[in-house]
Amino acid sequence: MGKLRTGFFSSFGPGAAGGRIRLLCLSALLLIPGHAAADAAEDTAWLNGLRSAYFGNRPIVESDDVIELESPERAQFAAIVPIAVRAKFPQTPERFIKSVTFLIDMNPSPLAGRFHFMQTSGRADLSLRVRINAYGPVRAIAETNDGKLHMSRRFVKASGGCSSPAGADLEAAMARLGKIKLKTRGAARPGHPLLTQLMISHPNLTGLQMNQLTRLYLPAHFVKQIIVSFDGEPVLTAETDISISENPNFQFYFVPERAGVLSVDVVDSKGLRFSETLTVAPAVALN
Amino acid sequence: MILKLKSFFVFALTSLSAPLRQFVPLGSGKPRSKPKRPFPLARFATVLALGFFCAAGAAEATCASSARVAEIAPGVFVRPGRHGVVFEAPEIANVGFVIGERCVAVIDSGGSYAEGESLRCAVRRRTALPVCFVINTHVHPDHMLGNLAFKSSQTSFVGHSKLPRALALRGDTYLQRAASSAGEGLGPEHIVAPDRSVEGTLDLDLGNRTLQVTAHSTAHTDNDVSVLDLKTDTLWLGDLVFMQHVPVLDGSLNGWLEVLGALMARPARRVVPGHGPVQAEWPVAADDTLRYLSLLREETRRWLANGGDLRRGQNQVGYQEAPRWQLFERHHKRNVTAAVNEIEWEN
Repeated sequence: MGKLRTGFFSSFGPGAAGGRIRLLCLSALLLIPGHAAADAAEDTAWLNGLRSAYFGNRPIVESDDVIELESPERAQFAAIVPIAVRAKFPQTPERFIKSVTFLIDMNPSPLAGRFHFMQTSGRADLSLRVRINAYGPVRAIAETNDGKLHMSRRFVKASGGCSSPAGADLEAAMARLGKIKLKTRGAARPGHPLLTQLMISHPNLTGLQMNQLTRLYLPAHFVKQIIVSFDGEPVLTAETDISISENPNFQFYFVPERAGVLSVDVVDSKGLRFSETLTVAPAVALN
Repeated sequence: MILKLKSFFVFALTSLSAPLRQFVPLGSGKPRSKPKRPFPLARFATVLALGFFCAAGAAEATCASSARVAEIAPGVFVRPGRHGVVFEAPEIANVGFVIGERCVAVIDSGGSYAEGESLRCAVRRRTALPVCFVINTHVHPDHMLGNLAFKSSQTSFVGHSKLPRALALRGDTYLQRAASSAGEGLGPEHIVAPDRSVEGTLDLDLGNRTLQVTAHSTAHTDNDVSVLDLKTDTLWLGDLVFMQHVPVLDGSLNGWLEVLGALMARPARRVVPGHGPVQAEWPVAADDTLRYLSLLREETRRWLANGGDLRRGQNQVGYQEAPRWQLFERHHKRNVTAAVNEIEWEN
């Protein structure tokens, strides 16, 4: 079924942006099963095992009311596809998002990562870059503090992301292994979510980059765990896997109530540890 | 008989509607066990689908017709590419061959077995000398998936010392993607890795004619070589220079600009770009590539310095170049992505 869709979409050629709308129109035109049927086909992998493997039989509401997944409709560079989730409400003691899980249905290892947000995150927004191996759905599933699951889902056209090394210059990537850049964007103000960028120089090798003819391959070597803390208190933690692009790159928020030290600790699949710190001093409000 | 059949199939091919044409390349999976002696019908379907008209029933070594090539200098032949996207269109890259007094060197073999065959036929029409070298300018499938058509005990495959690793990393993906566009899987024999690898330079003797192969540091890819025919001072650049077709960044932006600068400082009578006209003047042929890459670097640096992120950058950086290139909308976002991934680690 996946193959059929692939052929169908690629027949739109270069102008495939807006493909879903066209698909709808075309479906209506040809009187063939429409949008709902197409969606059901896309969900085959999800319904036949992915869903139960990761969430058992817990109910999941599909809607964009809690988080909204943003992704390009077609990725020209499948090894580095920027995606993001936007939370639809701020983190408050009454209502907050505990975690967001990213699943890429057609990837050899579909779970890209699970990110845990705190109340000190301020906003449960997150940008990241992922590998996408074949046309298919990307899912973000949020768990709210009441234990409910909410899923936002997008179809992304991309292929080959897991087997191609992105930067193509492996030596440069390895020479920089473990270098971390931590930056904040804009002025820090006490009590306000501060946009923060975390960059980790790491090839994040999938272990799938091999060839049956030559038997040359690169064993998997990827970032597994990330803990971001402010003065020792976690603001974001994550378990990540091979679907995260090389040089993992994240943007997220945290609320600095006072001056302090933002620190990040990273562990990779070989047990190597990398860390970095950044002093954050919110400006005191003038009034 | 063959002629009649041929004209019938030409008619059939041209009158097929676009969706039907997708079903034609059923035989293009290529024989897995005996690649040099394909089942004639399957081969005919392939040849037909790709628009080549080699004889179908004839013995494998003969060619009724062959790729059209231009002789741009004595003994230097180029099969012109037509701009298109890999795995969606055939004959994309400029490929060709150089004839010496002892043997022939093929420089890039095209994007499929059928293209390789057609190029081999073009060689055969001009000389009975053996093909002693197939030089692959880099890993991309539009330049090397025709290699298999030249595989023989007399032929040595030449490439950058990093080409085997690049093929190992990408080969399976190429085979799968070639599969999904042709309807059937390609076997691993279609990835022919070099048996002579180049670090620095390597001179290849074709008999009273020397080709100098130079391995470059990471630029368009991490495995680019250029080939200089000393006899006519013709420099084959592979994809180190794009003309008309937007450059594709798959190596290093800084590295490419550096390699291009060094190449431009050296004169040549003529160059063969990987995409664009079959020959061009040097160094003006590099002007467009140089301008595009310089602008991409400059704008990416500015974008990142202003706190821009990749997602929005993909739709903002470098778009003033759009009207100057073909296939811009198919490759530019990729180039921005690669540029950001490199430039954000600059310091």
